[in-house]
Amino acid sequence: MRALIVDDSRAMRRIVGRILGDAGFEVLEAGDGQQALDLLEGLDGPPELACVDWNMPVMDGLTFITEVRNRPQWRAITLMMVTTESESDRIVRALAAGAHEYLIKPFTGEAMLEKLDLLGLLPTSTGV
Amino acid sequence: MTISPQAFTFVRELVRAESAIVLDTGKEYLVESRLVPLARAAGHPDVDAYVADLSKRRTPAAMKQVVEALTTNETSWFRDADPFTALRQNVFPALAKTRSNRTLRIWAGACSSGQEPYSIIMTALDTPELAGWKIELVATDLSEEMLTRSRKGEYSQLEVNRGLPATTLVRHFERAGLNWRINQSIRERVEFRSLNLTRPFPPMGRFDIVFLRNVLIYFDLPTKRDVLKRVRQVMAPDGHLFLGAAEMTMGVDDAWERVPAGRSSVYRIREEQRTCVL
Ligand SMILES: C[S@@+](CC[C@H](N)C(=O)[O-])C[C@H]1O[C@@H](n2cnc3c(N)ncnc32)[C@H](O)[C@@H]1O
Repeated sequence: MRALIVDDSRAMRRIVGRILGDAGFEVLEAGDGQQALDLLEGLDGPPELACVDWNMPVMDGLTFITEVRNRPQWRAITLMMVTTESESDRIVRALAAGAHEYLIKPFTGEAMLEKLDLLGLLPTSTGV
Repeated sequence: MTISPQAFTFVRELVRAESAIVLDTGKEYLVESRLVPLARAAGHPDVDAYVADLSKRRTPAAMKQVVEALTTNETSWFRDADPFTALRQNVFPALAKTRSNRTLRIWAGACSSGQEPYSIIMTALDTPELAGWKIELVATDLSEEMLTRSRKGEYSQLEVNRGLPATTLVRHFERAGLNWRINQSIRERVEFRSLNLTRPFPPMGRFDIVFLRNVLIYFDLPTKRDVLKRVRQVMAPDGHLFLGAAEMTMGVDDAWERVPAGRSSVYRIREEQRTCVL
């Protein structure tokens, strides 16, 4: 399984990359929404998962999620917003735009795995 | 610095007598680390001095604090997921067919900080077969501290990250400062009470569903057996019992049988054991 991490912080990409790598994902990285779209265009098939930060230069996470949701060929990508934005209305907006899950920073590796489990993305997971 | 054998024995026997929780040799470090804050708060230089003082005075409030400090309160929303899916897809619909008074009575017997009973209510709200039904949920725990937390219904960001789908979070919670508080409409559906499982149960009536998850594992075999037997007495004859993933009735109280429910399983009183007290 492949996962795309979209975050402008290299440290954050490394942390998330390590968690996902340990969970068995092959990890791809992009520093903002536009880079992520370009990267997706060049792939032979979409990744199973994208973890997306909200606040990024060039193209933010919400715009990226909206763009992905507008392309039928990327429908299979599970989108998880991973951000410090923690107000209810932010979460509602992200979900309405097409995010499947929302993880608020800071989080533990365990919390991220539990979210992936809810999404049915772990080898052992059954989903809900 | 580690706890002395005498102090460890005193704590082990106290905890065992009050809660049935078994602290085997090797748990010295756990006891020490859980009691350091209490020792400090009481102004003692170390745990040994604190325990020595406690064993002299035997103040009931202080003894209760020690017992509570040694309970494990680990829990999460929709813990293990499958039991809650089974509740929604199998158990609730089956009971909905057989209860003409449109009321279900549920007991969560070791509710910790409240995630379990609140998850049950949220699951009931997602079950179309229960629309318009009355759910009476009694949630109990040994720990007063946990009951206070449960009643408050307030959870940190870290706690809501654990097992709670984002859609459920925004639907049933509101921000309270840095925390999240579960909506009053859900809070007021749960009645929280103090109850020690190892003592005779107070009058509670009969339950259609009992959650007794991740608590029997801390007890020795005779205590497990006794608790399971008394749970049968507060259970409707066709009721459903949920245990933790590492717990079972087999070889403990064989009046129960394990029945598959979706990807999970529940325990039901065997037909021949159903003494119908009407
Ligand atoms: C690990 S938690 C389980 C919480 C929840 N049932 C779950 O599965 O997530 C165990 C709980 O059992 C409670 N407990 C321990 N001994 C008890 C006793 N003798 N009577 C009632 N509750 C007890 C503890 O206070 C703690 O909150």
